[in-house]
Amino acid sequence: MPQPLEYLAEPAGVPRARQMLQQAQWAARAFAGYDRASVLRIAEAVADAAAAKARHYAEWAVRETGFGVVEHKVVKNEACSRGIFQTYRDTDLVTPRVDASRKLVSVPRPAGVVLALTPSTNPVATVYFKTMLALLTRNAVVISPHPMAKECCADAARMMAAAAVAAGAPEGVIQVVDEPSVPLINALMTDERTSVIVATGGTPVVRSAYSSGNPAIGVGPGNVPVLVDASADLAAAAKRIVASKAFDNSVLCTNESVLIVEESVADRLLAAMKREGALLLDSDGARRLREYMFGNGHLNTEVVGKPAAWIADRAGVRAGAKTTVLLAPFDLVVPEEPLAHEKLSPVLGVVRVPSAARGIDAARAVVRIAGAGHSAAIHSSDPATIMAYAASVPVLRVSVNVGNSTGSSGLETNLAPTMTVGTGFVGRSSLGANLEPKNLVNWTQIAYNADPREVMPSFTGIVPWAAPRGPVPPYPVASNAAGVLKAPPATLQPAASDLAGTATADELREHVRRLIVEELSHFVKN
Amino acid sequence: MHDYGAFSYASKDEMIGKSKEFWNPDKTQFWQDSGVDLVIDRREGYYLWDMHGRRLIDVHLNGGTYNLGHRNPEVVAAVTAAMGHFDIGNHHFPSLARTALAEALIKSAPAGLTKVAYGSGGGEAIDIALKTARHTTQKRKIVSIVKAYHGHTGLAVGAGDQRFSELFLSDRPEEFPQVPFNDLDAMEQALRGRDVAAVIMETIPATYGFPLPEPGYLEAVKALCERYDALYIADEVQTGLMRTGEMWGITKHGISPDILVTGKGISGGIYPISAVLMSERAAGWLREDGFGHMSTFGGAELGCIAALKTLEICGRPEVRTMVHYISDLMQSGLADIQRDYPDWFTGVRANGVVMGLEFNHPQGAKYVMKHLYETGVWAIFSTLDPTVLQFKPGILLTPALAEEILDRTEVAIGKACAEVRGRGRRVR
Ligand SMILES: Cc1ncc(COP(=O)(O)O)c(C=O)c1O
Repeated sequence: MPQPLEYLAEPAGVPRARQMLQQAQWAARAFAGYDRASVLRIAEAVADAAAAKARHYAEWAVRETGFGVVEHKVVKNEACSRGIFQTYRDTDLVTPRVDASRKLVSVPRPAGVVLALTPSTNPVATVYFKTMLALLTRNAVVISPHPMAKECCADAARMMAAAAVAAGAPEGVIQVVDEPSVPLINALMTDERTSVIVATGGTPVVRSAYSSGNPAIGVGPGNVPVLVDASADLAAAAKRIVASKAFDNSVLCTNESVLIVEESVADRLLAAMKREGALLLDSDGARRLREYMFGNGHLNTEVVGKPAAWIADRAGVRAGAKTTVLLAPFDLVVPEEPLAHEKLSPVLGVVRVPSAARGIDAARAVVRIAGAGHSAAIHSSDPATIMAYAASVPVLRVSVNVGNSTGSSGLETNLAPTMTVGTGFVGRSSLGANLEPKNLVNWTQIAYNADPREVMPSFTGIVPWAAPRGPVPPYPVASNAAGVLKAPPATLQPAASDLAGTATADELREHVRRLIVEELSHFVKN
Repeated sequence: MHDYGAFSYASKDEMIGKSKEFWNPDKTQFWQDSGVDLVIDRREGYYLWDMHGRRLIDVHLNGGTYNLGHRNPEVVAAVTAAMGHFDIGNHHFPSLARTALAEALIKSAPAGLTKVAYGSGGGEAIDIALKTARHTTQKRKIVSIVKAYHGHTGLAVGAGDQRFSELFLSDRPEEFPQVPFNDLDAMEQALRGRDVAAVIMETIPATYGFPLPEPGYLEAVKALCERYDALYIADEVQTGLMRTGEMWGITKHGISPDILVTGKGISGGIYPISAVLMSERAAGWLREDGFGHMSTFGGAELGCIAALKTLEICGRPEVRTMVHYISDLMQSGLADIQRDYPDWFTGVRANGVVMGLEFNHPQGAKYVMKHLYETGVWAIFSTLDPTVLQFKPGILLTPALAEEILDRTEVAIGKACAEVRGRGRRVR
């Protein structure tokens, strides 16, 4: 029996949020019986609706949080809606799988209620991403956005919810917390109705997800070393690194933090980076930047996702308006060197090393400070160096000859495109790869007696799922009027959603198609 | 030893004995004879525990009083906190909590209702409604439904079944004509003389076993009221508060009643209160003589706090959707059970989570009640039609508990069927 004082202490908003989990339970229960065609229809409709609003929410997110670059957020939002759908449309996580030779049949069992914690840096993209993953796997999702981004996230989640229900999804399959707070998030994380927590955000939130008592997928922070060795194509490396640092002003956790370059090619690389828009600071400039960015012992969050020129200005460093990245040289990768820590801004530490082998040591030192299990990048044409790098730097993805922001997040490599980068055991995470839909499903395995005399009959065509026969749940008309009425009287119809706006579905689809072709084709794999 | 702090009993038997001695011998004995030896002890959520510690799932909810479960934590917290500041209040003065609740009720209500008067129970609220209609129309007659149930206070009892009015010589048939449910001709006959102050209607007559209004019936009654200048009083004591999947059942019929009565579940089962919502026209006496109805405990401020929280919970979109889910699961689950016992379990009357289960025996629901009780579910037969079991799942059920209720119900219906069939054979 709960102690009276216990529930008296429930902060405002918590009981209602718990009810959202309960509604999600009902929705998940219904959704878990949907067939694949229905799931694809819903996921595609939501992806379309979300992609059509990619710019709208990119602008809103930048306005609300002050982080990042609208154009780049548009790319991420599209990648996390339409892009995710295209990537996984052929990955069937709904239909039972039959392995006749091993006499095993696997029946997918969705997690149920996914509690998605989304960050301030990639707010709407992560809402899109986790929602798409949930829909593709027949899970219900309750989103708890970062308080700094709560308005754009809540609106985006509602837009997706409306699109999902309009396409036949169960009511309540996508919900969002309007007023997130620490006690509220803790209550949701520890509530037994939460099936799995998918936590993207700072270390405290990830650690409390893991200590909640519920299954959790949380990932550690990044602090990405990038090694350029003497065998690299320097012009290409310069271009890719600068573009990656400028991408959304480095708010992706996969952005490069420290550039480690072999002495023999350092000057040439840095000169090439200058041509791409980077500014190489002298030691006084680096000192000023260090002072401004880490003056009181930790990262001044004011700089997160801000343009390079703006940061230079605040730090008292002269930089042209066209500067997109600040290069801050330092000597030694050690914890007391602020510039060796994660910066979440277009500021890149630069360290020169005498050899590739010393560079690998420096990369290990970067990851020792933070970012274990996360990612590292290398620009090299020497497979032996690349192998040595991957084997000794304790990260779980090494992007090669590509900007790491979009490389390790799978937007420009063949890794799973993701907003949640698993940092594995070494990074105190249960997830070692990029989060993808399959992480939200378990499989019930039907296992036959291995004795050859026991024959497994054919399961082909036996599918336990079905398409919904109407709105889910159906409107409760009186049982003696079931043939007469099917829906609530007009006066009780819920207000029409703002989902479609003024555009028709066809217009939206066409608009999305154009955007995809123009801006996204190189980001999104087929 | 059963020690409850303020009092204690050596045993359940002792308690039952004292209940007969000091409280209500007939009612106490009735339950012993019915095979339901329940003395409710601990209660929490949709669970009750008998004095002996046996757990029951509550699907009676005291007519919706425990719509949100027993001791709903949010309501308890609200009332507990309020006790630091409020008490019952003084019914003569403008009151903080009464006013706040009145505003919230009007916002939740069908269009056209603008004022609120308070009672402390459903019957009192019905009396207020009937007095209000008489004042408004300056007519005396109140038309109600045969087997209607509106409570046992002075006027309400007159509008109900004779069993209860005649007992206390309170029947006044000339003032309280009754017509059969779903009979529009009879209704028109009753109204034609234009001497009727109001028709009072439970949106779905509860104690009569939830017979459903035929499609269009209530709408036609409302039209007749307009034609013959009688007020339409919606008794939403059991059909309000989201039980039909909308806040007020009457809105599903598109009806804006002249008066709406709510009670039972309105205060989450924590502090008694009831309310009468009136149209501006009906609310005349509140302008003419505001002291016209008085009740010290009516609208007690602690009750208002409980009701405000209850109304807020019931009005949440998540809760509305959950009721739709629960209603769907329950109805499909019951339909499955029906298929197994087609000539025993003959029908389900349902609108949202307002449900009546029909059995093919004059006392069928009493058998099912008893077997449900033995199987761990508490649901009650309909006093005025014992062929029908009142089946009232809560609006905050989890999927797991809803499934458990269905599992237990299936077993109990089967056992009741076996008992009745067996006995039937013996008699014949
Ligand atoms: C429909 C209806 N109206 C009114 C009442 C009377 O309420 P109370 O018992 O609070 O006086 C009841 C009680 O069962 C009822 O079911």
